[in-house]
Amino acid sequence: MNLLSLQRRMARAVMTPLTPSEGMQRVAANGRPMRAVAAEFIKPNDRLTSFERLEIYNRQYWFRVLSSFAEDFPGLRAVLGGRRFDAVAQAYVKDCPSRSFTLRNLGSRLESWLRRHPAWAGSRQALAIDMVRLEWADIEAFDGKAEPALKPEDLAEADPSRLRLRLQPYMQLLHLRYPVDDLLLAVRSDDDTEFASNAFTERRKRKRVLAVARLKPSPIFLAVHRLDDSVYFRRLEPEEFLILSRLREGKKLNHAIESALRRSSIEPADRPAMVERWFHAWAALSWFCRTNNGPKES
Amino acid sequence: MPANHFNNFTDYGIGIGLRAPHYSHILARKPVVDWFEIISENFMIGGGRPLHILDQILEQYRVVQHGVSMYFGSAERPNRDHLRSLKELVKRTKTPWLTDHLCWGSVDGRYTHDLLPMPYTFEAAKITAQKIREVRDFLEVPIAVENVSSYAEFHVSEMAEWEFLTEVVERADCGILLDVNNIYVSSQNHSFNPHTYLAEIPAERVAQIHIAGHSKYRKYILDTHDHPVIDPVWKLYADAIHRAGRTATLLEWDDSIPSFDEVHGEALKANKFLATESLAAAV
Repeated sequence: MNLLSLQRRMARAVMTPLTPSEGMQRVAANGRPMRAVAAEFIKPNDRLTSFERLEIYNRQYWFRVLSSFAEDFPGLRAVLGGRRFDAVAQAYVKDCPSRSFTLRNLGSRLESWLRRHPAWAGSRQALAIDMVRLEWADIEAFDGKAEPALKPEDLAEADPSRLRLRLQPYMQLLHLRYPVDDLLLAVRSDDDTEFASNAFTERRKRKRVLAVARLKPSPIFLAVHRLDDSVYFRRLEPEEFLILSRLREGKKLNHAIESALRRSSIEPADRPAMVERWFHAWAALSWFCRTNNGPKES
Repeated sequence: MPANHFNNFTDYGIGIGLRAPHYSHILARKPVVDWFEIISENFMIGGGRPLHILDQILEQYRVVQHGVSMYFGSAERPNRDHLRSLKELVKRTKTPWLTDHLCWGSVDGRYTHDLLPMPYTFEAAKITAQKIREVRDFLEVPIAVENVSSYAEFHVSEMAEWEFLTEVVERADCGILLDVNNIYVSSQNHSFNPHTYLAEIPAERVAQIHIAGHSKYRKYILDTHDHPVIDPVWKLYADAIHRAGRTATLLEWDDSIPSFDEVHGEALKANKFLATESLAAAV
């Protein structure tokens, strides 16, 4: 057996989901007894069979990836409940094993996977997808790339009709059907309680179940951004969201503003002041960045 | 012996792993620590708090990079994007040498995020050494490979673990990050004499030493890095220092992490052995 075939064989066994009692499956995917499969390439010793030695790695793999997944998606756990969340985690990792050198990227395909497998979230599919989008945006905003912020002097000689502004790469813009930002902040605040009694934990569970059940669809527009190394969720007006989205698409500044306000209910007379206020706030949060050659004109 | 080609002719003393629970203590109190080891992958990102913390650490401390995902022993070629990202970090930290494990963990683009054991074959040694050379040429920094703890052995193996380690490092002409706790754990799991292991490896290639604690189960030992170093491991450390000379030493503590002072205090116990060796060398 050469190196590649041995590694393929072992990886297949290690990445096979565990039994409900967290042991290695007795039967391999091809129907062969796992004892026989393990014995073909792993030596037993005086204390452990080949099966038991392989099982150590099988268990380590699943404990590691599932714990990383749970750490990244506490909001999804609150939406689905612990038992269903654990089932989703295992099914997702089985279908979409890590393809990155870092576990940070483990959940990168979760949104599309949930869309392809709606049965896992049942009646909470839309809510679950919103929560996953927010939690993934949070990961991207936390350690995404930052460019030097745009300064007023960078714009001194810019022609607004030709100007294209770039948003910071770490910034995430989300249009969500549910106000999941509040729910996620509540979940995290609960999780920060380090020393909890059993009664407290039970109360917390009930509180979460109620909070999820009460959550009604109510569209929100959100910027997930970073300030002083911390991630924040900032609710946006629909027009703000549209302007920023157009800028991210590479539209010129004046086109972005015009298209965002075309169907706006904001009184035309109020628009200039409002747009100015928005840009002032965005600039203060360093949402715009310089390209290598400053803001682009074309 | 300690300052050698494989650790870029440096003379580092006792370091500890840089871990998130200690960030605020280190930045506020600025304790005297000879050097910190960072997990490269934690900082191979675009920006944000981790890199901000790292930059502050780099202003005051020496840092050596230790990786967990290069998988020198995987049959696949190195991922160029990964290498580019790693090289950016190397430039940032100016790590004098870089370490990763003598193991595999990915196949066909899928990652287990584990340090899986190698089959000790000549084919595997050749592939692994070639990959180490390729990575070193790309990163332009000396590389040392770490022996891992293992819980399984393969029928196809053609040699002992220490022979495989020697075969790989001599073919690759690279250094060794000698983890004496891993030698101990594997010796218990596979019933060999850990002192034989130490006696058989090319000591002149040892660039760095790791010490750590582990967890004992009924039928095997797991390398958990969540306990103080036990006496038999300190004895192995003394033996390793005796063979390799005073060598940069690093305590790993990755789970159930206690206070900074406790971790640093545990690491500094190595001083006793380093001092003894210095005295012996002087005599």
